[in-house]
Amino acid sequence: MFVSQNFGESGKMKEYHYAGPTEHRFSPYAFNGGTVLAVAGEDFAIVASDTRLSEGYSIHSRDSPKCYKLTDTTVLGCSGFHGDCLTLTKIIDARLKMYKHSNNKTMTSGAIAAMLSTILYSRRFFPYYVYNIIGGLDEQGKGAVYSFDPVGSYQRDTYKAGGSASAMLQPLLDNQIGFKNMEGVEHVPLTKDKAVQLVKDVFVSAAERDVYTGDALRICIVTKEGIEEQNIPLRKD
Amino acid sequence: MRQGVVYINTNFSSVSGFDAERDSMRTCLLTFECCCVCDIQKLLGRRSHGSAGSPVPLPFPMAHGTTTLAFVFQGGVLAAADTRSSCSGLVACPASQKILPIHSHLVGTTSGTSADCALWKRILSRELRLYQLRNGRRLSTSGAAKLLSHMLHPFKGTELCVAATLCGWDDHTSLSGPSLFYVCSDGSRLQGTLFSVGSGSPYAYSILDQGVQWGLTVAEATSIAREAVYRATHRDAYSGNCVDVYHVTSQGWTRRTREDLKEEYYREKESRRQTHEAEKKML
Repeated sequence: MFVSQNFGESGKMKEYHYAGPTEHRFSPYAFNGGTVLAVAGEDFAIVASDTRLSEGYSIHSRDSPKCYKLTDTTVLGCSGFHGDCLTLTKIIDARLKMYKHSNNKTMTSGAIAAMLSTILYSRRFFPYYVYNIIGGLDEQGKGAVYSFDPVGSYQRDTYKAGGSASAMLQPLLDNQIGFKNMEGVEHVPLTKDKAVQLVKDVFVSAAERDVYTGDALRICIVTKEGIEEQNIPLRKD
Repeated sequence: MRQGVVYINTNFSSVSGFDAERDSMRTCLLTFECCCVCDIQKLLGRRSHGSAGSPVPLPFPMAHGTTTLAFVFQGGVLAAADTRSSCSGLVACPASQKILPIHSHLVGTTSGTSADCALWKRILSRELRLYQLRNGRRLSTSGAAKLLSHMLHPFKGTELCVAATLCGWDDHTSLSGPSLFYVCSDGSRLQGTLFSVGSGSPYAYSILDQGVQWGLTVAEATSIAREAVYRATHRDAYSGNCVDVYHVTSQGWTRRTREDLKEEYYREKESRRQTHEAEKKML
């Protein structure tokens, strides 16, 4: 944690130059890297994340996936500061249980998204340093993706990338899934197999260019049959 | 654990009439108690925590930058905004919604931090609905603006950033008709007939000041609003993508389909090219 002042915003290293004596303040945040992605289809949703846990120049773990199963139809992906990710998922699990006990039904994806927004905003002045993306099925069985910022602003999307490689992946997804910035292309709806293949390709590209992404890829595919998990190895360097 | 219900029973049973200040403070307590299991004192107290009592420096930037505008004319109130949500250089979302309907006859444009705007608008909608249920009539736009302003007041001096214009149509009050208020988290609450808020507002003001008057038709007003947002998105880096237009009348609000300004830019370029060629032919 003492090297955190070498990092500017978004966890990238600041340039080294001697600026005179500097005061080193304790920062309660650390950046642990990782990338999360979610794609919503007609009747499925995919949440994928890499499994590398890093800090500065070190890798703490090669097997720390960032997808957390919340209910049978909802998966949460969170990247950023691992300590806040763990606490946030514990709080969400507790609130899900409370809801189940008082309302006798499981929370829907939309309800979980709204709840997460208020949980994040309750810490408006000392935020959870977590970039969340929820992927799941809505009440009609259609795929839904909800993306959040660290203080609770959210909206429903068709696809979203979050975490350290998000700026690299989001334009690629805009082009391949949203058919943006292309002329004269046929808008083919996304099938589950094509989406899974696209996610794998996209993470391989991210691992090539982002140092905090790599080691392995965990994909959670949410359909009405349940949640299927796949593990694919990525670059380990 | 039904915290919310308990709170309503004990604290609101003795309320008679509408006292904005008192109710808004208790509103804040109620909101955070039942949403987030922490109370307003903790929320206010937290802002001065971190080592040595100063606010914790954030490792990430907040979402900011926008162009929103609203004006009053004979056909009601028109509100327009771009849809780009930027996060210090990165476009966090190219299709965000900056005009949020609050109830059937009130919409609010949002500018500042998107999380703050979204959450406070949600709290405002809930409070207005409660007022309507308790008093049998909708709160006027002026009252809604006052309520929002008083709810934001305890957070003055913190990094909360909300600059909203509330556009509504009032019935059953002494001043019925279209109404527009600007509310800011630094404490301002202003009534007016034309407002533009955000980083692109200077560019939007120049278009609006030359074209907006009371006697516009709905079509003319819509085209001026779209034009103003289009020019602002062209020149301001933090505004862009599409434009949303909402129109509030005595029947309620209606929304125009979202338009991508990229098409508008190419259309204009094409028409300029054609007039240029026609002029060249004439010479």
